[in-house]
Amino acid sequence: MTIDTSKTIAAAGSGKATASCWSCGEMRAAHFCHACGKVQPPSPVDYFSFFGMPRRLNVDVASLEREFYELSRKLHPDLSARADKREQEWSLEQSSLLNDAYRTLKDPIKRTQYLLRLEGVELEEQSKTATEKARASGEVKKQIVPPDLLEEVFELNMQLEELRMNQKMGEDDPTLVKDLEGHRSRLEKKYEELAEELKSHWNQWDKALDRHSNEEQRAALDHMVDLLNRRSYIRNLVQDVNEALGN
Amino acid sequence: MNSERIVGIDLGTTNSLVAFMQGDRPVVIPGEDGLNLVPSVVALDDKDQIIVGNAARKYLIETPERAVYSIKRLMGRGIEDIRQELKLFPFRLADDLQPGEVLRIRLGEKTFTPPEISAFVLRQLKRNAERFFNAPVTKAVITVPAYFNDAQRQATKDAGRIAGLEVLRLVNEPTAASLAYGLDKKQNGIVAVYDLGGGTFDVSILKLHDGIFEVVATNGDTHLGGDDIDNLLITIALDDIRGDMGLDVSRNGEAVATIRKAVIEAKIALSLQPATTLEVELPGGKRYLREITRQQFEQLIQPIVDRTASPCKQALKDAGLKPEQIDEVVLVGGSTRIPKVRALVEELFRRTPHTDLNPDEVVALGAAVQANILAGGSEATENMLLLDVTPLSLGIEVAGGVTDKIILRNSTIPASATQHYTTQVDGQANVAIHVLQGERELAKDCRSLARFDLKGIPPMPAGIPRVEVKFLIDANGILHVSAREQRSGTEAEIEVQPSYGLTDEQVESMILDSFDSAEEDFRQRQVIEARNEAGTILAALEKGKKSPAWGQLTSAEKKRIAKLENALNQVKGEDDFQAIRTAIDALNQGTMRLAELMMDSAVSTALKGKTMDQADMGEGPHAPHPVSKAEFE
Repeated sequence: MTIDTSKTIAAAGSGKATASCWSCGEMRAAHFCHACGKVQPPSPVDYFSFFGMPRRLNVDVASLEREFYELSRKLHPDLSARADKREQEWSLEQSSLLNDAYRTLKDPIKRTQYLLRLEGVELEEQSKTATEKARASGEVKKQIVPPDLLEEVFELNMQLEELRMNQKMGEDDPTLVKDLEGHRSRLEKKYEELAEELKSHWNQWDKALDRHSNEEQRAALDHMVDLLNRRSYIRNLVQDVNEALGN
Repeated sequence: MNSERIVGIDLGTTNSLVAFMQGDRPVVIPGEDGLNLVPSVVALDDKDQIIVGNAARKYLIETPERAVYSIKRLMGRGIEDIRQELKLFPFRLADDLQPGEVLRIRLGEKTFTPPEISAFVLRQLKRNAERFFNAPVTKAVITVPAYFNDAQRQATKDAGRIAGLEVLRLVNEPTAASLAYGLDKKQNGIVAVYDLGGGTFDVSILKLHDGIFEVVATNGDTHLGGDDIDNLLITIALDDIRGDMGLDVSRNGEAVATIRKAVIEAKIALSLQPATTLEVELPGGKRYLREITRQQFEQLIQPIVDRTASPCKQALKDAGLKPEQIDEVVLVGGSTRIPKVRALVEELFRRTPHTDLNPDEVVALGAAVQANILAGGSEATENMLLLDVTPLSLGIEVAGGVTDKIILRNSTIPASATQHYTTQVDGQANVAIHVLQGERELAKDCRSLARFDLKGIPPMPAGIPRVEVKFLIDANGILHVSAREQRSGTEAEIEVQPSYGLTDEQVESMILDSFDSAEEDFRQRQVIEARNEAGTILAALEKGKKSPAWGQLTSAEKKRIAKLENALNQVKGEDDFQAIRTAIDALNQGTMRLAELMMDSAVSTALKGKTMDQADMGEGPHAPHPVSKAEFE
């Protein structure tokens, strides 16, 4: 690991991004010059803008992949191994930005979370890290139980408690294990279904974007926040069941 | 010809190689002994000179306290995580080692860090390449196990620098192998690379797409390889010897080294034949004999071979692929010659693996391909681009001793993550950050990379400063950290305490051949080598003149030889190694017929009598051993 204090973060080109290539003077594309191919100083942009995409959630992943490969062929540090230090630095920053952006946008959940963050929504409370932090410190984390899960969760928690008691006493209850496995597969199914539901919210968001309707955008964001919270809630429950069952 | 000569190096646990791209093909550069493999063995001779490779192997047995092998196992590791290694390997640590210090290994009276020992191997490879090119070599691509962590990678890079090599890229071994294969095949699809070497295991799954080699998942174990099989067999042999004859030789370095050599030979033999005999000469003239069948061997090594299965399954899972979706499987590493290993690979991936390229050489060949790409490419490597991943998640310790993962494993590199920090109390000027690598939830279970302090935060009320820290993993898989306080715009100063590894100053002081004198050193070495060679050929000529073959030459031939001999004698005292080499080559040409005549007469003499070593060879077949118990004479 190396530490570098001499450079500021992604600031090399910020504010002073010019429209012409630093090397040949031609008008350039954002990341590399179309005339001479030289990597350009990075400018701080969000992941959607990096790919020149609008902030729509329905993304053609196949064409995103093609674009990713094309840009990799221009920006990867392997291509500037013989260039001077400054160009190497730019290439490193540009290609890490490219990789971060691609990784985020190609994944439906990561893409949704990223858009929410861009739109100023924080998801910290239900996030995996927050949950694990709470687990490790033994705090009881306040979680909002999704209404449609209330009954299921109530029953599940009782059975988990019973199982833990049994395990403490060294007893074995195959029916209980079976019940818990039943809960788990129902939860997993619900988890899968959320993916479909998410798509309807994407459509809502994309439409609102086309219509420039702030109100509709806000509504779509709220739905997505709610869905992601339910999703992480279910994931945590499944994890609890897995832990209790020892797998 | 490419002006920038960048070589590809496979710095292996057991063997190392150097290769380069000759035209459109990567080729391995042999050493002076004509062999491609340079054993990763370093020894100190009785004059405290460093000996490397095949020449160093005899020291392992003769003066084991002055020799070391498998040093790769200690790269980038601290004293507390090598206890297991110390039980199995004869590493002699320095006595005055402090906790937290970089390990030092004793060789005779001297001590060296693992990067220095690796640097001796690298310097040997560098010299082999320089000899081959007749020109200095200062740039290299070096391969590392895909599952190497940051500290292990940094240690490898340090070793390169100490050896006088600028390491342009660290490439993951399985990925390098796929480049070597991909060069030939040029096809699209999903490829799995199974790499079981001397000391490390890696599995990588790649997506090949019009010249782009995109790694989608990698997994492995940096302490699993052929070494473990050797150690298992050694332990069994030692137990046998102790149990059956009450002789404990486990502390006798020479005896253990002899046993090690024998078990390695047996292991290799069992890949080709159904049974072999382990035979060891013990101190006191006793002899340990044991027949091992392949079946027994396979039973013994099953647990070791099985340990490779779960990384393979995890990699498939991470890639989101089923075994049926894998188009090709490639085998890398000497240990994949073991039939049992091949059987497991077929079972895991439901494919017959590719073995067209020599598993010992394929990684070095791939490194040469990558070196060619970095040098600007050629027709053969046009459009080839490697997109690799980080094998381990990068995390930060947060409240409660929990790891907050900020860059997940299998992220394409370069990759970055930005974190924001603030202060807990008014006027706080420092923030401590603990960087971790690994998959476990708790910080204490992950690998500590470094602790560092953000310093010089301007005095502000608690919670107001906003320090942005950027973590960036470069294309070598090495982490870079930079920080900035955003409210004031000042750069935060970072003070680092790397958990393992050498400081820049330490590396600087260890550099073997400084860059400035590289050219000069190279010339001197070339002159010395050329003079030695001149001496050898002139001595051989003297011998030839006394042989009956000399009489069969015509007087014109003799005259010509005398002239060439004269020419060589004249230049050999000078400092122009090129001139010496030219004269050597000329004399070599001129004495071709003499050499042939001498060879003919030598062969006819040999056929008349018995060769020298025949008397020493073999004692007839050994009696088969029903229960394969040890036998002593």
